[in-house]
Amino acid sequence: MAPSQDAAGTVRPAAVTARGWGWRHAGRATPAVHALDLDISPGERVLLLGPSGAGKSTLLHALAGVLGDINDDGEAGDADESGSLLVDGALPRARRGRAGLMQQDPETQVVLSRVGDDVAFGAENLAVPRDAIWARVHEALADVGLSHLPLDHPTSALSGGQKQRLALAGILAMRPGLILLDEPTANLDPDGVLEVRDAVGRCLDKTGATLVVVEHRVSVWKDLVDRIVVLQPGSAADPAVLLDGPPDRVLSEARTMLAAAGVWVPGYVPETRKRSAGQASGAGNLLLAAEQLGVSRERGRRKGLRKVPAVPVQEGLTAQVRAGQALAITGPNGAGKSTFALTLAGLLEPVSGKVSASLDLSRGAGIDPYRWKAEQLISRVGTVFQEPEHQFVTGKVLDELLFGPRHLGHGEDRVDELLERLRLTQLVNANPYTLSGGEKRRLSVATVLAASPQVLVLDEPTFGQDANTWAELASFLSELLDAGTAVVSVTHDAEFTEALGGAELRMAAAETVAP
Amino acid sequence: MRQELTLHGNRALLARANPLSKFAAVLLITAVLALSIDWVSASVALVFELLLFPLAGLTLSLLWQRGWPLIIAAAVGGWSTSILAPGSGKILLDAGIWTMSEGSLQLGIGFLLRGFAIALPAVLLMSCTDPTDLADALAQKARLPHRFVLGTLAAMRLVGLMAEEWQIIGMARRARGVGSRGSLVQRVKATLGQSFGLLVQAIRRASRLAVTMEARGFGGGKRTWARESTFSLLDLGVVSGGVLVAGLALFAAVTAGTWNMVWLGS
Repeated sequence: MAPSQDAAGTVRPAAVTARGWGWRHAGRATPAVHALDLDISPGERVLLLGPSGAGKSTLLHALAGVLGDINDDGEAGDADESGSLLVDGALPRARRGRAGLMQQDPETQVVLSRVGDDVAFGAENLAVPRDAIWARVHEALADVGLSHLPLDHPTSALSGGQKQRLALAGILAMRPGLILLDEPTANLDPDGVLEVRDAVGRCLDKTGATLVVVEHRVSVWKDLVDRIVVLQPGSAADPAVLLDGPPDRVLSEARTMLAAAGVWVPGYVPETRKRSAGQASGAGNLLLAAEQLGVSRERGRRKGLRKVPAVPVQEGLTAQVRAGQALAITGPNGAGKSTFALTLAGLLEPVSGKVSASLDLSRGAGIDPYRWKAEQLISRVGTVFQEPEHQFVTGKVLDELLFGPRHLGHGEDRVDELLERLRLTQLVNANPYTLSGGEKRRLSVATVLAASPQVLVLDEPTFGQDANTWAELASFLSELLDAGTAVVSVTHDAEFTEALGGAELRMAAAETVAP
Repeated sequence: MRQELTLHGNRALLARANPLSKFAAVLLITAVLALSIDWVSASVALVFELLLFPLAGLTLSLLWQRGWPLIIAAAVGGWSTSILAPGSGKILLDAGIWTMSEGSLQLGIGFLLRGFAIALPAVLLMSCTDPTDLADALAQKARLPHRFVLGTLAAMRLVGLMAEEWQIIGMARRARGVGSRGSLVQRVKATLGQSFGLLVQAIRRASRLAVTMEARGFGGGKRTWARESTFSLLDLGVVSGGVLVAGLALFAAVTAGTWNMVWLGS
C-alpha cells in the first residue's frame, strides 16, 4: 500500500487520470460511462455536472475503488470495464484509503453507534496505530465542527447535516488525498447544506486534498471549486466530457445548455405555469380542518403492561385546507412538519385535538380521516411520500397507475392522460424501481392522482430533483389547483412555495428536538 | 428503540467489565439452574441476582419495562405446572380437571423461580453491555473474524432504522389504497406486501452501507483497534462471582436435598 501521507502526517493530494475509460454495469445493455478522457491534477477541486444517466456516480464509485460487480440492486453479474482509470498512476482498488467517498443518504454514511468510534473506523481499517487514531479523531471532529460532542455521543441522535459532517470526519481521519462527494447535500435542509459545504471548504483549505463533487445545485459549490466538468450520457459517437473549464467560463458558455439539461445554474429559477388570476385568490370550500392538533409519530408506548400516550412533537396546531388553495408547511428540521402533514392526511392518529373532514370531502365516509378505510382515503386525500419507492406496490409502471382505479372500480380512463402529462408513456412496461430519480418522482405523483383525490399532500416533493422535474412538478400542481384540488406541501424550497402561491404555515422548532 | 441499542449514560460498575467475562459468569449460573428444577437452587441464585442489580445500573422498574414478557412467561409457566403436574401429597385445590397438590405446587414454584433465575442474568447482561464493546471483545479476545463481527455490528444499527421504515412503508401503502385493516386474509396480504417493500429498502440500505464501509477501507487484511478490549481485576471478580453464585446454589440445593436433575425424572 502506498502511504497516503508523508512522515509528518500531512496529506499528499492525489492525481486522477482517465484514458478511454468506460464502465457497463452488470445486466445493463448500455455503458454508464463511455470513452472518458480526463486529467485532474493534485489539489484541484472539480464540480462534476451532467444530466442523470451521464455516469457521474459511477465515476465516483470507480475512483473510490468500490465499483464491483454488485450493483445497487444487489445483483451480481458480469460488469464490463474498458480503458484505464488511475489514481496516482495505480488502480483505485489497490489504493485503499487514498480516496474517501461520501454518498447521499446520511443514514448509511454512519457505520457505528458512537461518534468517536465511527470516526475511528476508517483509520482502524488502514491499520493506523491506536494513539495516532485518537489524535486524528479529535482533529477531524474539530475540523468538521463537531468537537463539542462527547466521543460516546450516540450517532442516531444527530441531524442529517451532522451525520454528513460526521461522515466527512471519518473520511478525514483516513487522511485521503482525494475526497469524493456524491450529492452530499441532496437530502438536507438549507441549513444542513451550508453546514456541510462550509465544513468541506475548511477541510480542503487545511489539507489541500483533491476534490471531486457531484451535485445538481451549482450555486452551493460554485465558489468552492476551481473547475467544472460536464459529462454527457455515454455513446460511441460523442466523447464523455462535454465541457471542461473554470466555473465562470463553463457557466457563461453553457448556461442555456446546462439549464436545459436540468442543472440548477446559479440565479436560474425555471419558468413555471402561473395560476389563473381569478382562481388564485378566491377562497374555495373548506375540505379539511385541523383544530388544536397534537402530533407524533410514536404510537402510545407500553411500559410493562401500562400504556403511556405518545409525547407530541407539536401541539395546538390549527390549519384549514380549502379547495383550489395551496398550503405550504415550512419550518426548521425536526419541527414535525411531515408528522403534521401525515396526521392531516389521515395516516397518523392525532395525539390530541382533531382533524375533521367537511361534508364536501367526507361524502358519507365520516368526519375523521384516520378512521377511513384505505379505499375511502385515496379518493379523498392523496399523499405523496418523500421517498417514491416506499409507495410502489406493483412491478410495472402501468399496473402502478391502474392500482388505485382498479381498487376503486372507476377512473381507469384518467390513467392515459396522466401518463401523457407526466411523460411516462414510454415507460409503461418498466419496473418502477429501475427508473431514474426524476421519473420515480413523476410516477409517485401520478399514481396518487390516479385515484382523483380532492386533497393532495406532498412531503418534500422537490428534494434532490433536477430543475426540469422541478418545473414540471410546479406547473402540473398549479394546473391541479386551478382545477380545484387542494395542495398541501411540506417543503424547505422557498421558490417552490412561491411558484404555487397560497397560504404558508410556518412551524416553530419543536421543544423536544434531539440534542 | 434506536437509543436503547446503546447504553449511553450507564456508568454502573458492571458496564465497565469485559463482555466476555460477564458472558462466562451468566453461562455458569444458567448451566447450573438448567440442570435441576428445585426451588432452593433457583431462589439462592435469584437472591444474588437481585443483589447485583445496582451494580449493573438496573432498577426494578427498568427490569419490568424491559423484561416483562419474560416475567409473565415465567409466572404462567409456574402456575400451569402447579395445576397440571401429576399430583402427590395433600390436595390443596380441586377444581374438576385442575388439581393442585403439595407436590405439584412445589414443582410449580420451582419452575417459576427457575424461570426468573434463568431470565434475569440475560436481562442483566444486556442492560450493562454495549454491543460495540461486545464486538470488540469477540474480535480481539475471542478471535472471531473481524469482518464478520463488525459487519454484524453495523447491520444491527440498521435494525433500528428498519423499525422506523416499517412504519413509514405501512403509511405509504395505506396512501396507495392498500388497507392494513380489515379481514385476517386482507391483513396477512397487506403485511406480506409491506414486508416485501421493507426487504427492498433493507437491501438498498445494506448495499449503500457496504459501499460506505468498503470506501473506508473495510475488508482489508490487517487492521488496528482504536478501543482495546482488556481484562482487568474487575473481570476476575465477575467470573469468580459467577462461580460463587452457581456453586452456592448447587451446594444449598444438595444440602437441602431438593437437587433434582431434570433428565433423571422423579
